[in-house]
Amino acid sequence: MLSFENVGLRYGVGGETLRDINFQIAPRSFQFLTGPSGAGKTTLMRLIIMALPPTRGLINIFGKDTAALSNEEVAETRRGIGVVFQDFRLLDHLSVYDNVALPLRVLGREESTYRAEVTELLRWVGLGERTHALPTILSGGEKQRAAIARALISQPKLLLADEPTGNVDPTLARRILRLFVELHKAGTAVIIATHDMTLMDQYEEARRLVLADGRLHIFE
Amino acid sequence: MAVMRFWSPTRQADSDIDADAEEFPAQSALVPADSVPGRSLVIVIAIMTFLAALAANVAILVADASVDWRGDIAREATVQVRPAPGRDIEADVVTAAEAMRQTPGVREARVYAQSESEALLTPWLGEGLDLSELPTPRMIVLKLETENRPDFDRLRMELERVVPNAVLDDHHIFIERLGDMARAAVATAALVFILILAAMAVAVASATRAAVATNREIVEVLHIVGAADDFIAREFQRRFMALGFRGALIGGGGAIAFFVLAQFLAQRWRATGGGEQMEAMFGDFSVGPSGFLVILLLIGGVATLTGYLSRYIVLRHLWRLG
Repeated sequence: MLSFENVGLRYGVGGETLRDINFQIAPRSFQFLTGPSGAGKTTLMRLIIMALPPTRGLINIFGKDTAALSNEEVAETRRGIGVVFQDFRLLDHLSVYDNVALPLRVLGREESTYRAEVTELLRWVGLGERTHALPTILSGGEKQRAAIARALISQPKLLLADEPTGNVDPTLARRILRLFVELHKAGTAVIIATHDMTLMDQYEEARRLVLADGRLHIFE
Repeated sequence: MAVMRFWSPTRQADSDIDADAEEFPAQSALVPADSVPGRSLVIVIAIMTFLAALAANVAILVADASVDWRGDIAREATVQVRPAPGRDIEADVVTAAEAMRQTPGVREARVYAQSESEALLTPWLGEGLDLSELPTPRMIVLKLETENRPDFDRLRMELERVVPNAVLDDHHIFIERLGDMARAAVATAALVFILILAAMAVAVASATRAAVATNREIVEVLHIVGAADDFIAREFQRRFMALGFRGALIGGGGAIAFFVLAQFLAQRWRATGGGEQMEAMFGDFSVGPSGFLVILLLIGGVATLTGYLSRYIVLRHLWRLG
């Protein structure tokens, strides 16, 4: 469902941040993307969500060459990808409920058609009591779970999570991992960018993609 | 339609969680109200709408008044019988008036008496002068039929034949000058109207760009969750159309209040000399139903313009980003 072929990325006139990146993500697969800080994990994620164009190479998502997509097609393709940002990217003027419902709202669905769906998911991630709270009063862990719920609500084919346990305690980190594993079992391909070795050791079946010196090394 | 959701406790569609029973507040707008320079934009739009309504109604007022002036003048013509050596001016006046009355299209030919003709000279020569020794021309005022106007060329020839010292004035030069003046006034008002709308468009465009910059993070998040450019632009359009409508309503409402008040004051002022002159120039200063309709259309137009302009600016910005 996702493939990178000889992808390279350079910012400005400097050297390549990412070099000759080649990998494939199969449907219903689970992988950790790891590497030292500054190795380019977030950059790779941004390439996947088409927030950055590659300097060279071919990126194929859901059978489409991303370089050939129109703005409209990019938006449509992104609807199949759930993203959890390291800094959550919740909209502070919207309630937790409205934040989580955002991907359904942009699909043009009527609020009454997804209310039960969103409420259920909020309860499932343990935010049932925070439905109408604004993100500004949530703890880091609650924000993280709200961001995860927003990424899950449209049941994406591919889920990307950038350091999803970076702001939570180990207990909550385990709970969040279980949540991703559950999602994976339900049929979603998952990529978790992290440098948390403990987290990775908790799910050893996962494939490991290691970024170092701008190159990607894959450990099946 | 049944939808399998892995987070559902029963893995069934539409579980027994009764979210509908809970009180849900209305959906918040995606573009926050306080992220748009709303108050200043509303004030600018209100002022611009007020001025545009004034310009539009001044144009209508002048155009209507000009039609009245030209209509009044066009329904009249004058014959001037000049004194000439060896001719009896009284007889010439009677002959000329009779010839005019016989002409198709002339409804009435009224001869101005000697005293009336002399009275016409009072503004230039002053009062109390004995003008009987002066060779004062005599006037015949013709009332013309509006539908069946006379052929002025034939009328002139006929007049020259029966009274060579009479001159027919159909007022066409005066009518043309009035028409030119009215057209110039209307064109100026239209230009002012367009400039006001252009200035308002610039203000809206600037406010939209500021709002997009302020809401950059919201735009980015919306993009990431799969919002198309058109969806994002519509959100901004909705916000700006509401602001535009509020500003236009205030400005348009102010303009309506202004014209109602002006009409009221004009009616009270009508009894004075200045009021009579103003009324002669512009009628009773009433903008009439067409004027109020123009203001209502302007309110709707400004709101629509504001909304669509902001949508265009946002779409162009997003297209550049893309």
